[in-house]
Amino acid sequence: MKDLVLIFISTLLINNLVLSYFLGICPFLGVSGKIESAFGMGMAVTFVMTLATSIGWLIYNLILVRFDLLFLEYVVFILVIAALVQIVEMFIRKYSSALYQSLGIYLPLITTNCAILGVALFMVTRNYKFLEAVVFGFSGGLGFSLVLLIMAGIRQDLEFADIPRVFKGAPLTLITAGLLALIFMGFSGLVSS
Amino acid sequence: MKDFLKGLWKEHPVFRQLLGMCPLLAVTTSVINGISMGLAVVFVLFFSSLVVALIKKIVPHQVRIAVYTVIIATFVTIVDIFLKAQLPDISRSLGPYIPLIIVNCIILGRCEAFASKHTLKRSLLDALGMGLGFSWGLLLLGAIRELFGTGTILGVTIMPKIYNPLIIMILPAGAFLVLGFLIAIMNKIEQSQEKK
Repeated sequence: MKDLVLIFISTLLINNLVLSYFLGICPFLGVSGKIESAFGMGMAVTFVMTLATSIGWLIYNLILVRFDLLFLEYVVFILVIAALVQIVEMFIRKYSSALYQSLGIYLPLITTNCAILGVALFMVTRNYKFLEAVVFGFSGGLGFSLVLLIMAGIRQDLEFADIPRVFKGAPLTLITAGLLALIFMGFSGLVSS
Repeated sequence: MKDFLKGLWKEHPVFRQLLGMCPLLAVTTSVINGISMGLAVVFVLFFSSLVVALIKKIVPHQVRIAVYTVIIATFVTIVDIFLKAQLPDISRSLGPYIPLIIVNCIILGRCEAFASKHTLKRSLLDALGMGLGFSWGLLLLGAIRELFGTGTILGVTIMPKIYNPLIIMILPAGAFLVLGFLIAIMNKIEQSQEKK
C-alpha cells in the first residue's frame, strides 16, 4: 500500500510526465489555451492512460514475455493504444452523448500523445506489478491534467499581457512551462528515494 | 529541390511547426545525444516515407493512420535493436525516447501530409529535408545546453575555468526556457527578413 501511495505522489508531482519527462508536450502546447478544453483533454488522457497501462501490462506479461515476442513490444503497444482509443470513442458515443460532446474531439488526438506510449514503456522498464502499473497510469494522467489546467489558467491571464511581439504564442508558453518546471522541482523533497 | 530545402528553414519542423517537441526537449542535454536522436529520426522518417509512398495506392483510406503507425513502429524497432547492440551507451542515455519516435508527430505528420500524396522522389526529398531540419534543431539546442550547463562541447571543455556551469540548463526547466528564447529569436529573424 505504501508503495502505491509513493508511486502516486511521485508520478503526480515530482516526476511529472510533462514537466520532467517532456511527454505529451504537443497537446500541452496545443490545447492549453482554454480551461474547458484543457479539462476535457486531461480527463480523456487519464481515462485512456489508466486503461492502456492495465491492458498493456496484461498483454506484455501474459503474452509477449511468455512466448518470447519482446521485439514486438512497440508495435503491440501502439496498436493497443490505437484500438483502445477507438473503442472508448465508440463506447462513449453510444452511451453518453454529453460525455462524448465534451471528450469526443480530443480522443483521436490521444493516439499520437506520446505520454500514453511513454507511460506504457516506463511501466515495463520499471518492472511494475499489475496494481502498481494501474496506479502509475492513473496518476500519470492526473499529473498531466493538473499541469494542463495550471497552464491553461496562466495562459488565459497572459492573453492580455503586453509582451514583445516575437514572444507571442509558442515562446511565451515554453518559457512559462520552464518556470512551472522550476516550481515543480520544489516538490522533489516530498519523497526521498 | 524545394521539397528538400523547405524543411531546413522555411517550414522547419521545430521552430516553425512546433512538431516533435518531446524528444527535442528531452534528449538535448548534450550534443552527442542530440546528434544520435537526429540521425535516428532521419533514418525512420526516410524509410517510413519510402514505404508509405510505395504503398499509398493499396492502403484503404480508413485504416491508413493505423497502417502508417505500424510501419513507423517497425522501423523504430529496427533502430532500437541496432543501437542496443552496437552503441549501448547511446541507447542507455536516450532510453525510452527512442521508442517514443513512433509517436513523434513529425514522422506521422510527414507520412500523412506529404508521402501519401506525392511521388516517391519528392517524398524522399521531403523526408530528408525535414529530418535534417529536425537534426540541426536538436544540435543547436544540445550545443547551447551542453555549453552553458556543463561548459563543454562533445565532452571537450570550452569555457574557461572560472566559468560556473548553470545547472538549470541541463534540467528540464532549462530545456523549456532555451527553446522558448530560440523560437523568439527565429521569429525576430523572420520579421526582419520580411521587412526587407
